[in-house]
Amino acid sequence: MKKFDKERLLLAVAGPVIALVVAVALTSVVLIASGKNPFEPYSIMFEQATFSDIQVLIINQASLYYIAALAVAIGFRMNLFNIGVDGQYQLAAMMAAVVGAHASLPAVLQVPLLLLTAVLTGAFWSGIAGVLKVTRGVSEVVATIMLNAIATSVIAYFWLPNVFGVKVGNNNTTGEMHESGWIPGFDMGDAGEIYGLVVLAALLGIGYWVVLNRTRFGFDLRASGASETAAAASGVNPKRMVLTAMLISGGLAGLAGLPILLGDSHTYSLNFPTGIGFLGIGIALLGRNNPTGIAFAALLWAWLDKASPELDFHGYDKEIAVIMQGLIVIAVVVSYEAVREWGLRRQQRRVGAELAAGHVLGATSDNSTQKEVAGR
Amino acid sequence: MRRVPRIALAGAAAASFALVLSACGGTSTSSGSSESKGDKGLAIAYDVGGRGDQSFNDAAYEGLKKAKGEFGYETADIEPTDGETDADKEQRLVSLAKQGHNPVIGIGYAYAPAVKAAAEKYPDTTFGIVDDSTIEADNVADLVFSEQEASYLAGVAAAKATKTNTVGFVGGVDIPLIHKFGAGFAQGVKDTKPGVKVLSQYLTQTAEEGGFSSPDKGKTAAEGQIEKKADVVYAAAGLSGQGVIEAAAANKVWAIGVDSDQYKQEALGKYKDAILTSATKDVAKAVYNLAKSVEDGKPETGIVRGDLKSGEVGLADSNPKFKSDTAIQEAVQAAKEKIIGGEIKVKSS
Repeated sequence: MKKFDKERLLLAVAGPVIALVVAVALTSVVLIASGKNPFEPYSIMFEQATFSDIQVLIINQASLYYIAALAVAIGFRMNLFNIGVDGQYQLAAMMAAVVGAHASLPAVLQVPLLLLTAVLTGAFWSGIAGVLKVTRGVSEVVATIMLNAIATSVIAYFWLPNVFGVKVGNNNTTGEMHESGWIPGFDMGDAGEIYGLVVLAALLGIGYWVVLNRTRFGFDLRASGASETAAAASGVNPKRMVLTAMLISGGLAGLAGLPILLGDSHTYSLNFPTGIGFLGIGIALLGRNNPTGIAFAALLWAWLDKASPELDFHGYDKEIAVIMQGLIVIAVVVSYEAVREWGLRRQQRRVGAELAAGHVLGATSDNSTQKEVAGR
Repeated sequence: MRRVPRIALAGAAAASFALVLSACGGTSTSSGSSESKGDKGLAIAYDVGGRGDQSFNDAAYEGLKKAKGEFGYETADIEPTDGETDADKEQRLVSLAKQGHNPVIGIGYAYAPAVKAAAEKYPDTTFGIVDDSTIEADNVADLVFSEQEASYLAGVAAAKATKTNTVGFVGGVDIPLIHKFGAGFAQGVKDTKPGVKVLSQYLTQTAEEGGFSSPDKGKTAAEGQIEKKADVVYAAAGLSGQGVIEAAAANKVWAIGVDSDQYKQEALGKYKDAILTSATKDVAKAVYNLAKSVEDGKPETGIVRGDLKSGEVGLADSNPKFKSDTAIQEAVQAAKEKIIGGEIKVKSS
């Protein structure tokens, strides 16, 4: 048993490590091709990671990425591609900002109200795609990507001065939220403040693991993802599962913008970060839909984002980091497939060898079926 | 047993989080850090689109080049990244200030919160912000423009030049700043020739969707307006404006450029005969002026407004056909005097 666990860990870690090595190597090739030192940018970026203010920026950004990636991952676990996380979190953050600016309750009520607003808005938006899929068979990829475009228009409508908009100079905002809805951060002195909702991100990660691995619902969800027909045969209602998964995915997505909204900006303006939902897809892939893996992936992504601007001051282009992020995503897809096949072959060889030696393999084969489901 | 590696992994993750938190060294901007290199000159941080947009950001770069040539000091210009937060912008400005750059200018209103925060951290550095007037601090100059006034003149010229009595306005992004261009243009058209129809279209709702950086979107929008009989199209759309000008040239109608004098731009040389005029917004001059005021030891502060009177907004006349058309020139000149004299109030939205 012990040996088998090591094997699992090896296989789980091999994919991302190979992808990273390949991405770094290819990035170095790009650097050499453009006549630059292929190593110095990395040392500059590593040095950046030792500064406390950059660390704060990394952790803050990673919390946004982490929640968005969890939202994507829960869809992936049952073969649903929620590409609409981007629209869902933006709309949800805007609604939370609007409610936060107009409702003024004590903090104990205000904060839950804002969280609930965000979750419900996100779930509502993804729910539209879910309903379309189960009733009309519309692909959730098409529906959610269309809903992204609609979300930006809805946001633009809410920004109108006669709706919820408040103009500040040339910027559109939703007005400042009442202070009872602000969530204090962890003060790091000169380095800045870590968003209070970083804690929420961590809790969501734990909740994600518990629900998927320790509840009947989680099992049904993974089973549906592994084989819809098999799941249906064992009594899972596939339509209900699709709708529930979309709602949960959207609800989680709704929370993705809140760390910065409640911790820093306190208004939804043109400056609110966009595109986090799309980055979440890459991060979920890199993290293999596993809450721990996603945490590392989110930190890696945030590090590339926050450490790279320094490159501009040393004669390199900070776009190197963007090239690297792109290469990582491509390399990850290829290396996971390669590692999976390699793992299968190893397993077959071992089973073959043990069969030849005359052993009986009850427990191991049980485990391997389990792995197939979990490793999707 | 299966649980063990997962819990171990989670433990490792938690431990590394804790490590990151406790490993806090100095901050990257603390004064003891190795990189304080003393006095440097002007630094600018670009808005979405960056250098090469043939428009707004390039104009700022022109100002930087002029300051660099004249004062002979080291300058810096830094591009933004997609989807960045205010914290990232602040980090960029603070890095520039830390390296001794003075003044440090954020190009575009999106820098407002970042400039405010950075200016508090570096009270001895002069900061500038273009297109925003909300920041009040002793070491911040708000560089704003009356774009609606130049757009009004563009409207006057368009109304005089149209033969189909239909003109078009293409705005890059549906935001208050671009509404100023559209409103001024429409008012100028209506005041000159009330019967002229103004078609108006915004390319995208947010800058991230590429409203300022997609010539293809500009081209499609302009073609649509030309199909509806517009024979003068005015683009306030950054790089997307190139597509508008291209469509106008292909259909042999007039285009009106924006921000820089686009008739003179090399990248648009092929289409320059279609460029009637440009509603200029002299970001270059504003940037240079701020740099000069710092160099002279009397840094600008508060709201610094560029309008028709100061000449920082206006209508370019480098197209000979435009310059020699006396009917248009007279109408534009008359309108300009009335605006400067306060007789005409141009709406900004």
